[in-house]
This record gives sequence, structure tokens and C-alpha cells, in this order.
Amino acid sequence: MSSSDPRRPTTPTPRSNAWFGVLAILILIASQVYAIRTSPAERDMGDLQKIMYVHVPAAWMAFLAFFVVFVYSVRYLWSGGERNDLLAASAAEVGAMFTGLTLALGMLWGRPTWGVWWAWDARLTSTLVLFLIFVGYLALRSFVDDPDQRARWSAAVGAIGAINVPIVYMSVRWWSTLHQPPSSPDTLDSAYTFGLRLNAIAMLLVLIYFIRTRYAIARLERETEHAAQAAALGGDGGGTR
Amino acid sequence: MAWRDNWRRVGAIARKDLTTELRAKAGFNSVASLGVTILVLLGLALGPDAAALRNAAVGAVWLATLFSSVLAFNRSYQVELETGALEPLLLYPGPRWTVFAGKLAGNLAFVSLMVAIVVPVGIVLFGVRIVPEWPAILMVLALGVFGVTVLGTFYAAMASRSRAREVLLPLLLFPMLVPVLLAATMATRALLGLDVMNDPSAWIRLLLGFDVIFLVATLLAFEHVIEA
Amino acid sequence: MEPAGSNAIHVNGLGRRFGLRWVLRGVTFDVRQGEIVGLLGPNGSGKSTVLRVLATLLKPNAGTVSINGHDVVRNADAVRTQVGYLAHVAGLYDDLTARENLRFAADMLGVPHSGAADALARVGLDHTGDERVRGFSAGMQRRLALARLLLIKPRVLLLDEPYSNLDIDGIALVNTIISGIVADGGAALIVLHELAPAAKVLSRTLTLANGRIA
Repeated sequence: MSSSDPRRPTTPTPRSNAWFGVLAILILIASQVYAIRTSPAERDMGDLQKIMYVHVPAAWMAFLAFFVVFVYSVRYLWSGGERNDLLAASAAEVGAMFTGLTLALGMLWGRPTWGVWWAWDARLTSTLVLFLIFVGYLALRSFVDDPDQRARWSAAVGAIGAINVPIVYMSVRWWSTLHQPPSSPDTLDSAYTFGLRLNAIAMLLVLIYFIRTRYAIARLERETEHAAQAAALGGDGGGTR
Repeated sequence: MAWRDNWRRVGAIARKDLTTELRAKAGFNSVASLGVTILVLLGLALGPDAAALRNAAVGAVWLATLFSSVLAFNRSYQVELETGALEPLLLYPGPRWTVFAGKLAGNLAFVSLMVAIVVPVGIVLFGVRIVPEWPAILMVLALGVFGVTVLGTFYAAMASRSRAREVLLPLLLFPMLVPVLLAATMATRALLGLDVMNDPSAWIRLLLGFDVIFLVATLLAFEHVIEA
Repeated sequence: MEPAGSNAIHVNGLGRRFGLRWVLRGVTFDVRQGEIVGLLGPNGSGKSTVLRVLATLLKPNAGTVSINGHDVVRNADAVRTQVGYLAHVAGLYDDLTARENLRFAADMLGVPHSGAADALARVGLDHTGDERVRGFSAGMQRRLALARLLLIKPRVLLLDEPYSNLDIDGIALVNTIISGIVADGGAALIVLHELAPAAKVLSRTLTLANGRIA
């Protein structure tokens, strides 16, 4: 059976997760309002800079989601367990969403600032590659029908893909500094960092909420499969792997 | 002696793959021809200005290599899949990494041979000037080919056995090869003297690190993806 | 190293699904040393699947399966050294010769190449040893697959429709090989479409229907 962590319930109950979600979103809204109102207008960009409070934390969450995929993929390869597979897959879907959000916001910020929809700078480009790695992982899952093979293959692909994320980031960064394209605002001065950190924490809560929700749905799908198994085996169920 | 047994298996698989590939009617020639065709199309699409082509040469050769090697990787498992020989292969005793290493060796020979054709054609078509640093460029080429082949052999083990294998392999493989593509093209451009501010040694170290990391990772992960 | 008194083949409550469809739903049977058991059943009943689980190609989704006391999941390598599995498809390399196919198998198994020559002779293919398998008939391919099986001495034979496409001599060859291995203390489980070719050697039969032994 799946390895269960005694400190956490195996499946979040729908009601507790819903309350957690409401709380997370409220905190996010509060953090956004705080950051927008208390930070001064930026010298060159004016109020457009405030999009950073969503764009930058979303990018961080995307990378964090991939780390979650890595952890649960390795756990699956090590000891099996449906829970590890479903958590990795849920984190991948949510991560893909956050990556897409980061890209969209980056482009929205870039258009008025640089005059173009896209620039090959370090953060945007590595986020785009990260997005493609997520897409490959999700495509693989959709093309494999057998649940056990799907779990094994995605765990291997997820682990190997995650190892590459820092390497991709590093190589894209070196490459972009050579050609000096317009850069994302990561040279922020201290007036902005508190707002950024606050929103990062809020975004983390939202990430956790989304992953838990997605996992709960995947869990329900699996419960029905197990019920079908018990019926097929004539009631006694046997020992599942 | 377990070590000797394992290396004998690696050799047997590599030899078997290369023998079947050489005897198959359409194998190597079509893949190499595809590489050349892609170069021609790239030349037509990016030219005819000689300076533009010279600047695009390194990228064009790498892309042609990448796109045609995808065919090679799926083919290396095709040998087993067509006749149902994968199951007997999995029933032999011994660790699975020997199967991976054998296939990797076979693919390395195949892709190297293809690169040996594509690169000279690229040099001619795109007007690349030969520089004294060409041994270093060969080394960059070798390191890049190694990285591409390690990951290609790994992902093809899954893609070749799934639906939509033609699209799944590039979809999985190409984003993962971004560091190799960047490092190989940047190092080669530096050595060719095309980018003044560029230092090739950092890129070469990145390639080496990439190759080592993913060789180890894929060897470890292969047993999970090769089972039925 | 086998637990005393263990059966050659022990299957208890075997369940196996493909996607959402349960093909095997609690299969239970034993085969003892010295037995040659035929497995019958309608098309699609899962007979081949049972063999493939026993051969360690597929993992059970439920139940326990062991060969001579070795669990097929936990001791897969031990099982593989004892089992001779003949699939419905020959699984040979078409562009290699018969001899090259066997030499490759010998290398993978760790037996000397002389074993390959012996095996080739035993199945009556030594005069075609240097021809490519691509030109072989289905019966010849079956013989070559049998030769591959003989490179090590299997204790348990798992044969999936071994008689199909064979002429009278081929059928006799299969029966001779089976009898030889079982006489030495082995056992055999044979998936059959019809009883006639195996009638002379079978100890008993099992029938698989609706995912269970009838």
C-alpha cells in the first residue's frame, strides 16, 4: 500500500481543504493590496511594476512545484505507492498552470516596458523551457493507459526532468548575459522586497491549496478504480500493489 | 565475475544493434539523408546572404543533427519491438543498466557516423571557415553528441512503446536538451571566433557536467522504464 | 535453496488488470514437480497473461505467485534462471542468422558459444545455422526459439501454444524436449488451443474462464 505520513492525513477532507483555500486566497488578496498600496511607484515603470508582485512569486512557485514533482517522483521510484504518483502528477499540473501564469504576466509586463511581446532574457526563457518540460511530462501521462506503467514512467521522467531545471536555468542565464537583452526586474531595491516576500508566502499557501485539491480529485478517481477491482476479484480484494 | 558478465552483455547488445542496423536496408542512409536535407532547407530558409549563413552555421548543423537523431533513437528500439524480441531480452538475468549501456553504445556509433556526414556538408553549405582550434571543436561535438544520445536513448525506451511515438520523443527530449544546445553552439561559436566576449571553457565544463550527471541518472532510472 | 516441499508453480488469488479491465480475477492453482499441465480456455480468457506473470514479464496486481518457492516479484532474478518461457511470437532478430541469434542469447545468459551449436543441432536447424531468420518459416522460428530455451537447463517450462505451425516432426520434438525436462524433476505448463498434439504428454488440464480456473 502507499506509504503514509503519520503527521498528515492521507486525504484532506473536502471541508478542511475548502476552508484552507478560502484562507489562502484571502491572505493573497490582502498581501496584494498591501504591496500595491505601500510600495512607491517605480522610477521608470510607474505602477506597472506592481505586476511583479504576482509575476515573481508565481515564477518561484512554478520552480517549487517542480521540486515537489521531483520529491514525489523519487519517492515513487524508491518505494512505489499510489499516493506518491498522484501527488507528483497533481504538482505537475498545478506547476504547469503557475508557469503559464508567469509567462503571461511576463509578456504583459514586457510589452509596455520593452516595446516587444517577448525578449530572450534569463527568467522568461528558462520559465518557457520549464513550461515545455511540464508539458512533456503531462503529455507522457496522457499517452500511457496502464496506471502502473504510467506511474513508473512519469516518476522517471519527472525525476530526470527536475534534475535539469537548475541546469537549464544556469545555461540560459549565461547565454542571455552574453547578448544583453532587456532584463527582468530582479534588481529590486529594499522598498519592494518585503511586499515580494509577503506575496510569495501567500502564493505558497495558494499553491498548496491547489495541489491538495487536485490530489483529492485524483484520489477519488482511484477509489472508484479500487472499487472496480474488489468487484472484479469477487469481493475479497486480495493484496493490491 | 559479475563485472565481466555485465560488460559482456553490454558488448553483445551493442554489437547486435550495430549488426542489425548495418544489414537493414533503409536504416543509416535515410537518417543521414534526412540530416542533409534539413541542412539544405535551413540554408534556403536562412540565406542566401553569405554572412548570415556563416553566422547561422553552428545552430543549423546542431538542429539538423538533433532532428535526424530522433529517428535513430526510436529505431534502436524498433529492432526489438517489431519481432517481439523485447520480452526475451528482459528475461535474461542481470541488471537492466547493461541493456541501456548496450543501446547507448550502439546509438553513439550511429549518431557519430551521421554527424561525420552532416558536419562537413554543413561546413560547405554554410561557408564555415576552418580554424586552428578545430580539435577543440571536435571535442565539443563529441560531448554534445554524447549528451543528446544519453537522453535520446533513455526517452526512446518509453516513446517507442507508446502511442504517438513520433511526437512524444521530440516533445520529451528537446526541452531537456536546451543546455546541450546552448553549450555546444556557444562553445563552438567561441572557438570559431564568432563571439568576442564568449569564453568556451565554461560551456565545455557545463557540457561535461551535463553528460556525467545524466549518464548516471539515466543508468539508475532505466530499470523503471524498460519493464513491460 | 528452495523451501522444502514447494510446488514447481504456485498461484494464489492472481489478479491482473489492463487499464480498467480485469483479465484475471483470482486465479488459483498449483503444478507439482513432474507434472505437465495443459491450460485451456476460450480466446481472450487470459491464458497468455497467466504465463507472462509466471515468467516475470508482468507483475500481479493482486495475489501471490511463486516458482519453486521463489516469489515472482521479490525474487524475479532467481525465477528467471529457472524458467524456460516460449512466447507465442518467436522474438528473434530477423536480420541475424540463426547461429548469431543463439550466440547473442548465449552471451546474455553467460553460457559458452558451444552451447549454441549444440542447441541448434538438437532442434534440427544446424544445416540452416547461417541463414538469416527473416527467411525462416514460422515452424523454423519456433524451433529456433526452442533452441534458445535449451541454452540453460530450465526447471519449469512455460509454453504458449508451442505446437502451432509445427509439422509432425516438430510436434514430436516439442514433446521430447518437454518430457526430457520434466523427467529430470521439472514441470511444464502449456497453453493449448487444442488437446491433440499434447495428449501423449499431459498429466492433466486446467480451464480458464471468466478470469478464474473453472
